[in-house]
Amino acid sequence: MSTHHIKVTVNGEIKEADVEARTLLVHFIRENLNLTGTHIGCDTTSCGACTVHLDGRPVKSCTMFAVQADGGQVRTVEGLAQNGKLHPIQEGFHQMHGLQCGFCTPGMMMTAVALLEQNPNPSEDEIRWGISGNLCRCTGYVNIVKAVQYAAEKMKAQ
Amino acid sequence: MIPPSFDYVAPKTLPEAVALLGQHADAKVLAGGHSLIPLMRFRLASPAVLVDINRIDGLSYIREEDGWLKIGAMTREAELERSALITEKYPLLADTTRMVADPLVRNMATLGGNLAHADPANDHPAAMLAYGAQVVAIGPNGQRTIPIAEFFVGPFTTVLEHNEILTEIRIPAHKPGDGGCYLKVERKVGDYATAAVAVQVTLDGNGSCASIGIGLTNVGLTPIRATAAEEALRGKSPDDDHIRQAARLAAEAAEPESDRRGSEEYKRALVRTLTARALHKAIARARGGQR
Repeated sequence: MSTHHIKVTVNGEIKEADVEARTLLVHFIRENLNLTGTHIGCDTTSCGACTVHLDGRPVKSCTMFAVQADGGQVRTVEGLAQNGKLHPIQEGFHQMHGLQCGFCTPGMMMTAVALLEQNPNPSEDEIRWGISGNLCRCTGYVNIVKAVQYAAEKMKAQ
Repeated sequence: MIPPSFDYVAPKTLPEAVALLGQHADAKVLAGGHSLIPLMRFRLASPAVLVDINRIDGLSYIREEDGWLKIGAMTREAELERSALITEKYPLLADTTRMVADPLVRNMATLGGNLAHADPANDHPAAMLAYGAQVVAIGPNGQRTIPIAEFFVGPFTTVLEHNEILTEIRIPAHKPGDGGCYLKVERKVGDYATAAVAVQVTLDGNGSCASIGIGLTNVGLTPIRATAAEEALRGKSPDDDHIRQAARLAAEAAEPESDRRGSEEYKRALVRTLTARALHKAIARARGGQR
């Protein structure tokens, strides 16, 4: 069993820790850093509740080891709001009623932000395709799509 | 679910990685990790050592060279999906990549991993059989090239030795008259195929099938090459009768088992239908029609 000293930039701040090789990135985020906005849902790489950005790409943080993120840039849901102001995607979920229980919301938003950063003007089909790795059991997705569209408009206007 | 303890090493070069595999009989290669890590979390796999090859430079590329499309084994599915070259000239590969798991998984999952893991439910193996691809592996005695038809020997088993690492995939370079298609039936995004069919065809000047490859996903213990179905079309005009006959022969080549995704009979019927549809679409593409 090896342990590793890792240095990861999380939401712009450098974080260092000693972790066991088997420590999953999601456990490092939730338990070492106490950033509990990143959720653990299915535990089987299916649901996307644990989605964070690693070096700009959305990934399922339950399916990689923390040591793999050593030297990398991680962004979690806590990194979305800036200076007390909600990110357009957060505002979109609020305004368009994009959540009910809220469990999938952090992962859903991280995927949506990466989608909009890559494609600022997605069609409805592209949004649905883009979030197809994130499961929501409440909304039926309709208002999630509207929330992403709201954020797209808002981000274009900014 | 937390995996059992293991030692983790992240070599910077392939020779180091090969040496590490040689030193540890119970070591596994960590590529994209999206098959291996779930297996470890379920404790279906418990390697003593993980050799992470993500920090080795030069294993991620997509380029045409010497009559081949060469793809580095660590190229992520998302990079294949975004490649204009693949979208334009390799529709079978483009179709297949978009059907692997879901967009988040595709940001990590690699083409090399999808093949080396040799899960008969994985999508790329059937596509590579249809293409007549080759793979390149490096071991302690250097490099060797393996035709894909010889690569898969059983469920989760390839001809790779314990201390060999897959480094490159080679697909015959696109030429005029080429067309391909991958069609998959899945219960939901991210699921493995109930059944899927890969077709790659080359039409000659008369519109006949100069070459044809047909691969089947998740209807047997390994990906299956439907050779009798190919034979029914090779050198022939791909008309409706020949396509129907090939589809029937592909269904006969399938060896599905009944499970929660469907009965044996249903899966055979799927293979027949998907083969016919994939042939029609691949031929239309070869004629320069639909994308």
